[in-house]
Amino acid sequence: MPVKVESFDSLDGAARALSAARSARFLGGGTLLMRAVNDGDQSFDTLVRAVDPASRQVRSEGDGVTIGAGVTMAEVVAHRDLSFLAPVARVVGGPAVRNMATVGGNLFASSPYGDFTAALLALGARLELVGQGGRGIEIDEFLRDRERYVGSIVRTISVPRPRDPGAFRFAKVSRIKPKGIALLTIAAYLPQSAGRIRGARVAYSSMGPRPLRATAVERALDGQYLDAATIEQAAAVACDGIEPHTDGLASAWYRREVAAVHLKRLLTGERR
Amino acid sequence: MARKPLQFHLNGSEKAVFVEDGQNLLDVLRRGVGDLTPKYGCGQGACGTCTVLIDGEPHLSCLTLAETVEGRQITTTAGLAQGADLHPLQKAFMDNFAAQCGYCTPGMLLAAKALLDRNPNPSREDVVEAISGNICRCTGYEPIIDAILEAAKSRGFRQFG
Repeated sequence: MPVKVESFDSLDGAARALSAARSARFLGGGTLLMRAVNDGDQSFDTLVRAVDPASRQVRSEGDGVTIGAGVTMAEVVAHRDLSFLAPVARVVGGPAVRNMATVGGNLFASSPYGDFTAALLALGARLELVGQGGRGIEIDEFLRDRERYVGSIVRTISVPRPRDPGAFRFAKVSRIKPKGIALLTIAAYLPQSAGRIRGARVAYSSMGPRPLRATAVERALDGQYLDAATIEQAAAVACDGIEPHTDGLASAWYRREVAAVHLKRLLTGERR
Repeated sequence: MARKPLQFHLNGSEKAVFVEDGQNLLDVLRRGVGDLTPKYGCGQGACGTCTVLIDGEPHLSCLTLAETVEGRQITTTAGLAQGADLHPLQKAFMDNFAAQCGYCTPGMLLAAKALLDRNPNPSREDVVEAISGNICRCTGYEPIIDAILEAAKSRGFRQFG
């Protein structure tokens, strides 16, 4: 059955149409939903879209930046207030995908996609949904039960800017060079005070069906100096509580084997 | 089935067509206006052969909802040559044997054009990055990279645009 398309001038109008429709999806850049349309996906019958300039804005406020969900990866790379996220956006797809794929869409991307969301998770982003009285939710809460939000529209994503840019680290591991789909992605936010790590947040993507926190790694790092012994301890628990999946790119066994190696490289600052 | 009117500029000339709900830009270009230069490869955004320029920037036409290009400028490979004169990129592709089966070539040319329009003196690394979303299964990429670097050096590129 062909898909129906409804267009609106504002996100609020689109949100009302989305909640009224039985099986509708909100179209962002199209890199996820249009491929589903091309694939003959029958799980939705309507695409709702909005041409709302507000969803393409980036605002710096105090210690953070608020990114409109319709901001593309290419816009993240180019924006001076988002330089800490530029290395993340730069490794998403090729130039054409980056001109289309949006920050909001990435929140809904299933493995092996969703590298950008791993970074947002590590940084402790907060999402504002349309039509929920401006209620914000933590990205952790959103990801825990993501299917519930398929009929919602994300308006903005607010990200705290790392005070020390070196405190945020990111690695996407691909088998194809220079660009390939991630077999795993690691994002780590490791703020330090008096030399010790305080409030570590470490996130993986492609290590399960959705981006997730590596809480055992965070516990191993918290309160410690980032030295060789701490890094060994963190690497030893790289996959504690995590059940990676098998797909065409790698087996669960392989992911478990290499996650510790890549985590160690990320923490030591070793580049390949 | 709703049919919607759509107007856009294709290689500098105005086009007005009717599009169906959910129809992608590639389909409209090929079936609606008869420009067969952008190719259908994977339909999934993985291969890059459907790449076209929208307002000068590369996009995947198979993943672009056609109605979103209302009023915009679309460039395809059909818009590169000027009459009998090949675009410097096309000439460099020919001279460097950068096309074998030729299926990826339209996407490669436009990804390269987008790069050279923005950065007339790219490094080899810049070229690799610019075509990183375009798959070629024949050439091993080296002749394509060489061709793009040669086109950048050719004096004709700027005047050709």
